Amino acid sequence: MSLFKHESIETNAALLIVLTLAAISVGGLIEIVPLHFIEGTVEDVKTADGKDAVRPYTPLEQLGRDIYTREGCYLCHSQMIRPFRDEALRYGHYSLAAESQYDHPFQWGSKRTGPDLARVGGKYSSAWHVKHLTAPRSVVPESIMPNYPWLAKNDLDYSDLEAKMKTLKKVGVPYSLTDIEYKANVEKFGEEVAKKLDINKAEKNLMAQAKLGNYDGNPDKLSEMDALVAYLQVLGTMIDFSAHDEAEFVKFR
Amino acid sequence: MAHSTTAGSIEEQYNYDIVKKFAIMALFWGIAGMTAGTYIASELAWPFLNFDIAQITFGRLRPLHTSGVIFGFGGNALFATSYYIVQRTCQTRLWGTGLANFTFWGWNLAITIAGIGYLMGVTQGREYAEPEWYVDLLIAVTWVIYFLIYTMTLLKRNQPHIYVANWFFMSFILAVALLHIFNNLAVPVSFFGIKSYSLFSGAQDAMTQWWYGHNAVGFFLTAAFLGMMYYFVPKQAGRPVYSYRLSIIHFWALSFMYMWVGTHHLHWTAIPDWTSTLAATFSIMLLMPSWGGMINGIMTLSGAWDKLRSDPIMMFLITSLSFYGMSTFEGPMMSLKSVNALSHYTDWTVGHVHSGALGWVAMVTFGSLYHMMPRLWNTTIYSLKLIYVHFFLATIGILLYITALWVSGIGQGLMLRAFDEYGNLAYSFIETVVFMHGPLVARAVAGMFFVSGILVMTYNIWMTVAKRETASDVATAAAKA
Repeated sequence: MSLFKHESIETNAALLIVLTLAAISVGGLIEIVPLHFIEGTVEDVKTADGKDAVRPYTPLEQLGRDIYTREGCYLCHSQMIRPFRDEALRYGHYSLAAESQYDHPFQWGSKRTGPDLARVGGKYSSAWHVKHLTAPRSVVPESIMPNYPWLAKNDLDYSDLEAKMKTLKKVGVPYSLTDIEYKANVEKFGEEVAKKLDINKAEKNLMAQAKLGNYDGNPDKLSEMDALVAYLQVLGTMIDFSAHDEAEFVKFR
Repeated sequence: MAHSTTAGSIEEQYNYDIVKKFAIMALFWGIAGMTAGTYIASELAWPFLNFDIAQITFGRLRPLHTSGVIFGFGGNALFATSYYIVQRTCQTRLWGTGLANFTFWGWNLAITIAGIGYLMGVTQGREYAEPEWYVDLLIAVTWVIYFLIYTMTLLKRNQPHIYVANWFFMSFILAVALLHIFNNLAVPVSFFGIKSYSLFSGAQDAMTQWWYGHNAVGFFLTAAFLGMMYYFVPKQAGRPVYSYRLSIIHFWALSFMYMWVGTHHLHWTAIPDWTSTLAATFSIMLLMPSWGGMINGIMTLSGAWDKLRSDPIMMFLITSLSFYGMSTFEGPMMSLKSVNALSHYTDWTVGHVHSGALGWVAMVTFGSLYHMMPRLWNTTIYSLKLIYVHFFLATIGILLYITALWVSGIGQGLMLRAFDEYGNLAYSFIETVVFMHGPLVARAVAGMFFVSGILVMTYNIWMTVAKRETASDVATAAAKA
């Protein structure tokens, strides 16, 4: 009846393997690979003076982010606001791809057992965060979040800070090592930000930010709480949406 | 496929030793993973259970639950049944006895190292792909050897045809290799360190992760378990597969289409709309091959429907196919953008996953193990009555679980998007948390039902093997697999 018989596949293991491999490869090739090449997958958002609005995390923020992944926060909190009216009222402007472009790995999450955190930065005081992370029910009685009392007690381990930043540089985060890279960052982000992204001054920057921010409320101690709260306080704050026209972002979707 | 032999030669003809080991570990990880699941479910209902102990907080225990049940329980069950099926259907001994043992130790060591790591806070922070880079390497090596063993066994088969179950297992092996490697591309901070950073970031990382995430469902939890179904349902029913043609069509359609649908996990997020639309379209189309498999499985019983009354193993298998049909209907529905807008980020998704994972994956595994394990030890099951007990504990558990999370998920979704008469949000987030308490308690209780079921099963299997060990008269229990 037909020229092709399925039997020829059923009796030939090599053919079965090759054809199956072909069948399962197409979807990913068509949906994922282009995203690495299509311009505009990640929006190019500038500040008023023409610099990149979204910057890589400072050393303290990045170490805070590592604690965020370590504790599995992403299993109950998303970092991805969708373009709905209720989410705009509850969390703020919908998330842009640009805002997580330096996130290795992404932490968009898939479940909101607790609220979205994409724009939690600046929403509460650092003192509130410390209290809330240490004992959530002391500030939100109905909360079902675990207590994290060890965050304020544990000293922040920054022994591999430089190695971590160098690794992130390898995967594409523009931290600078050489003078040329530093100058490129001044061009891209402005001098003030570029200074914070210099791997050679990572430890100094870390100390300075922790001291200035005093995130955990204990100036004598550099704790994991310092780092985590510094991270939470920067989330979603890099783009000033009041300075942008809404139509600017819609075209990227 | 039908094949009988005397009890004495079976041990030489087939490598049953490796199948036994994997089957036992499937039960071990099943108990561990499901207990962890019930515990974290209880933490959500009663948060004091976190006890301020870092290692057992929800965020660290949850990957232990998911890895434990998916890769521990599911993975070991798949190794066991695939090694059993490939031998029986090719009528040849498994290729590479030593290498098969390597896959056993490699796989179980990987899960153990990963699991201990989670408790210590070692994680890649990628859902369902939490193991760090060194465990990923061990898994990759193990998997390549698994592929080699499977292929070599197929090549030395004493049957001209490769039976349909093996197509599904091969598709699963190839797809999981592809997914595992690309989703775990990462650069370690140091050679002796545990930490790594993913190669991709943000939107591209999200796409890669959910391409992996959904196809872990599609190939690990579906294609492979369909392979299991295609052997054990006809065996237990004593009937041939309902439609050969249907099995061809739905195999190729399923293998092709699943890889497109992962992006439905990213509806309304910061990815290009076209990927999302494409994923939703393929998700809807996927209903057809999914139901093709379900129909082919259930209809295999035609002419032997009475077994649904008299055979508890058949009840497990057919119920699993019913849940498979239900969750592969629910899934495409939830992949519609408008439905997803409500369901995403809520317990509805969690409930949906469990109707597949408990209803389909676990139930078909239980049925298959009940069929296979007594045969491995060349004996009969210790107690049929306990299989009935297990069946009802499991089924009540699943129904309670899904229903509770429909209430919790749909309820929360509706509350979060509700507005009052002035156009303000009607509920704060924490009000939805208060609302979910009741359903979350019911869900934890449902988990307890399910765990009791697998404990009953383990006792039953234990007694089966113990009975065999002490039996003086071996000849009466000749295997008829």
